[in-house]
Amino acid sequence: MSGKAGTRAGATTSTDRLGRLLALVPYVVNRDSVLLGEAAAAFGVTEKQLIDDLNLLWCVELRAPDPYCPIDLSYEGGEITVAEAESIARPLRLKVDEASALLVALRMLAGIPDLDDRDALSRVIAKLESAAGEAAAVSSQVAVEVDAYGGTADPARTAVGVLRDAIAAGRRVHLTYYVPARDENTERDVDPMRLLVVEGNTYLEGWCRRAEAVRLFKLDRIADLSVLDVPAQVPDEAEPIDVDAGLFRPSPQDEAVTLELTPRGRWVADYYPCESVQELGEGRLRVVLRTPDARWVRGLALRLGDQGRVVAPAGVAAAVREEAARALARYGMG
Amino acid sequence: MSRRKTERLLNLVVCLLATRRYLTAEQIRRAVPGYPDSDEAFKRMFERDKEELRELGVPLEVGSDQQGGGGEEIGYRIPPQAYELPDIHLTPDEAAVLGLAARVWQRASMAEAASGALLKLRAAGVETDAAPAVGIEPRVNTHEPAFAALWEAVRDGRPVAFDYQGIGRTSVARRHLEPWGVVSRRGRWYVVGFDRDRDEQRVFRLSRVVGEVAADGPAGSVTVPDGVDVRRIAFDWGDPVSEPRPAAVRLRRGAAQGPRRWARDVRPAEDAAWDGEWDEAVLTFRDADRFAPYLARFADDVVVLDPPDLREAVIQHLKSVLAGTGGHPGEAGEAR
Repeated sequence: MSGKAGTRAGATTSTDRLGRLLALVPYVVNRDSVLLGEAAAAFGVTEKQLIDDLNLLWCVELRAPDPYCPIDLSYEGGEITVAEAESIARPLRLKVDEASALLVALRMLAGIPDLDDRDALSRVIAKLESAAGEAAAVSSQVAVEVDAYGGTADPARTAVGVLRDAIAAGRRVHLTYYVPARDENTERDVDPMRLLVVEGNTYLEGWCRRAEAVRLFKLDRIADLSVLDVPAQVPDEAEPIDVDAGLFRPSPQDEAVTLELTPRGRWVADYYPCESVQELGEGRLRVVLRTPDARWVRGLALRLGDQGRVVAPAGVAAAVREEAARALARYGMG
Repeated sequence: MSRRKTERLLNLVVCLLATRRYLTAEQIRRAVPGYPDSDEAFKRMFERDKEELRELGVPLEVGSDQQGGGGEEIGYRIPPQAYELPDIHLTPDEAAVLGLAARVWQRASMAEAASGALLKLRAAGVETDAAPAVGIEPRVNTHEPAFAALWEAVRDGRPVAFDYQGIGRTSVARRHLEPWGVVSRRGRWYVVGFDRDRDEQRVFRLSRVVGEVAADGPAGSVTVPDGVDVRRIAFDWGDPVSEPRPAAVRLRRGAAQGPRRWARDVRPAEDAAWDGEWDEAVLTFRDADRFAPYLARFADDVVVLDPPDLREAVIQHLKSVLAGTGGHPGEAGEAR
């Protein structure tokens, strides 16, 4: 039951290679002839590996009842042709994992509002379901939800639609962007680079002219959005963010804050990347978070109430206490 | 990786696809080069080969041609109609969104399956290299170590057991589940199924599964009831949703930007007894105990005027913050 998928990735087994060989023949048959380099690229192998694959296919030999070679192919002059492939001229059916991986992803895409390609999506889902047959059934038991809401002045248009158009037209945008850590609305001009969906949320990646750096903007924090009559100018040094490495990457300069959480406060460890998580027994946790902005931690501590408390640094704990006391004073509890 | 083994497996597939009749193990041994002479070694190798073909998704059919004759040896074949991917033709825009979908999993645990599928579709003649016109790059992550095992259990219809650290629980508990599906929201995975301990449907968060997920019954023994929508079960928390109610609040001018994003009737406060400048506004909420922590987060930038139960919930919440940090009301700040 352990995750085979994870451990197998990378290493090529005989079975993986057999899968490639069984796909290679129909790949060529369906295209009449294919250049070696082109096929190698499509299958993610070197030309040398590909030639070895072709030689192996050419060697197929059955001995009984009479010896014969069912596959006849050539790669003379760097061009692959298959003259005879008999039974393996067509690709193998999709496995349940394979059909599910694509169908779940396609249905997730269909959940993003304001896509122009909605029509193509529903057509390809139908065709794939039909081609996969029974292997498609389980895919309905897996689902990925996407939040892609964002404010625009025009209620008929989503931020996704407006930003896609701005990216296509190469235009700068102006954002009123809410920063929850500081409880602030900020005004920024951004040269959009791409739209991303990561961890179920939609983001604009762009060159922020205020920060003079590449930044991600969560669409549901965009309070207002307008497309400017100015061409976007993304500097050459602007590198896309490697979002697969994690959205929150605290820097070592960020302040380390230690919190103790009750069993009901354990959600903090689920929601925020913790530098360390220590079980204290009876469901209690001690976690260390790093943050560039202590205001965020103070807000978290105020939200936690009796679910957790800041234990270090003492200055942050004192500031939380002071904020709570000031707030209580407003209720006449002084 | 053994070239000879790949060659033997390839020969075996071609041989079993080409035959209409069931071939016995002995006939296969004579037809396919590369099997050893010793009977015992052949038997072991042939068993492993059959397992590898099944793992690859090759439909290996076991049977016999002489129905009911008795005494006949069973044989093997691969029916071409079960082996072959049916025809699939995609227009360029369809192929482009398919290519985009295949990239969704990136480094996640279904990435390998997605690229395997794409390879077969390319082999069927689909051209997936066109740049997607979608203009958006979606990713799905499966950081939770339990994902692969739970997906496989859902796929195979197999009951599972795992240790689970529930929120608010003081210890982990062994849970026994017939899994119906896995669902992701806001980047977090949940498994939905029939909880054998509680005797009802339940939702578990994968990040709270501790250690390994173990098989707890045979494959195919889980039946998903008709009409089950795993997405709806996962995100319906089952609380009787209370009616939305208005809350009258004061918001410090220039602050409390979060609540201001959805506040109604924002107007300057008339009462000048407080220092600083304040607005009054109306917020909508459903559950005072859930709303109070959200409001408390804005400290003295937000003050609830009404209703009394929400006001009291915020006060109690703030007092618990003070108690937790070792203070008590009145220690800091003074009523103004």
